[in-house]
Amino acid sequence: MLELDRLERRFGDRVALQGVSVRVEPGRTLAVLGANGAGKTTLLRVLATLLRPHGGQVRVLGAELPREAWKVHGRVGFLGHEPLLYRELTGRENLRYQASLHRLADGRVDEVLAAVAMERRADEPVRDLSRGMVQRLAVARAVLHDPPLLLLDEPRASLDPAAAELLEPLIGRASERTRVLVTHDVEGGLAEADLALGLKRGHQVFAERVDAAQARELYR
Amino acid sequence: MIRAARAILRKDLRLELRTKESVPAMTLFTVVVFVLFHFGLDRNSLDGSLASGVLWVTLLLAAIIGVTRLFAAEREQGGIDALLLAPVDRTALFLAKAAALFLFLVAVEIVALPAFALLLLGPDLLEALPELLAIVLLADLGLAAVGALVSALAVETRARELIVPLLLLPLLVPVLIGAAHATEPLLRGSQRPEDLGRWLGLLSLYDVVFVLLSVAVFDFLLED
Repeated sequence: MLELDRLERRFGDRVALQGVSVRVEPGRTLAVLGANGAGKTTLLRVLATLLRPHGGQVRVLGAELPREAWKVHGRVGFLGHEPLLYRELTGRENLRYQASLHRLADGRVDEVLAAVAMERRADEPVRDLSRGMVQRLAVARAVLHDPPLLLLDEPRASLDPAAAELLEPLIGRASERTRVLVTHDVEGGLAEADLALGLKRGHQVFAERVDAAQARELYR
Repeated sequence: MIRAARAILRKDLRLELRTKESVPAMTLFTVVVFVLFHFGLDRNSLDGSLASGVLWVTLLLAAIIGVTRLFAAEREQGGIDALLLAPVDRTALFLAKAAALFLFLVAVEIVALPAFALLLLGPDLLEALPELLAIVLLADLGLAAVGALVSALAVETRARELIVPLLLLPLLVPVLIGAAHATEPLLRGSQRPEDLGRWLGLLSLYDVVFVLLSVAVFDFLLED
């Protein structure tokens, strides 16, 4: 499902990721932990095919990156820092646009809007919505095409506890999808992950089950 | 691919209708430049090569505004990432962006041409309208293809307002030459242009070459 072997990625002379090796089986969750600038977001973007790996081997959903990146397109749900929604369009218009890119029927849009409890506010421009509501729409966008792999960067940021619970079946362990979860919530991340990847300044510190005390060492 | 291109185009037109960021600015720019020429040249009317040059240079400069903004929403709101994650042939993005720019240019010219005739032109434009429309549409097609290409090239750069004109204007020199030469006899008055076909041929050739070239290289422009 996900296999990294000595992954390397640079930005100019700066090494963003080096020697990252990890394997995640289908349906499992990998928590990616590390301080700011550790390379977590870069890792997610490489897995999403938005950045090319500069070294090592990367296999995502059976496709070797970057050569077979096209095989991954449309099979990954990506929830990054930005909601990837057009502010001047309504939530429904944004999702219908995404649905047409993924060749999905409009009925699927109504389905996910109901799942994130946004039917009533779906016809308001995204710019008029609160951050929490935008995040719900971003989750709806990420799972619209029912992807087998979810790449999640702080997915519960801006969500109140009720909304976080509501979205659990879509992006939580209950979704039964393979997940890569970037989080600063060490305890929460470890609790819902099968495996943890610790990064420090782009280098892998661990890729195994660890306890919270070991994980916190990354932030020292 | 056509289905995806249509979806992207529909989204772009909807965004432009909501934000009014490109077409009104381009239109206002052309009208203001015509007014400036009206006073700056201190002449009540222009004709021939001077009129043709003023018209085409103004339209090309106005196009820069549209080209600079063409990928703005994709860049500023992450739309490009969402597109790259979708199972969409990237040629669809090029086709949609070029079509959007083409429609923006046509919308601008619907106002700009009458404004030009009113503010600057001596001879009557109505008689030459069919030939002029053919020239304008062929020039717009080339401009749209090159504009979409340059806009994609500049989208990830910090100084895109600087890069777009520096790349775009030299590439548009053949369009300017073809369009200005084809238009010049039409703006001279009653004469029928003798070598209109030659200039229309040049514009058509430019369009074909740049549409094909853009389709061929567009994928690589979006590579990380």
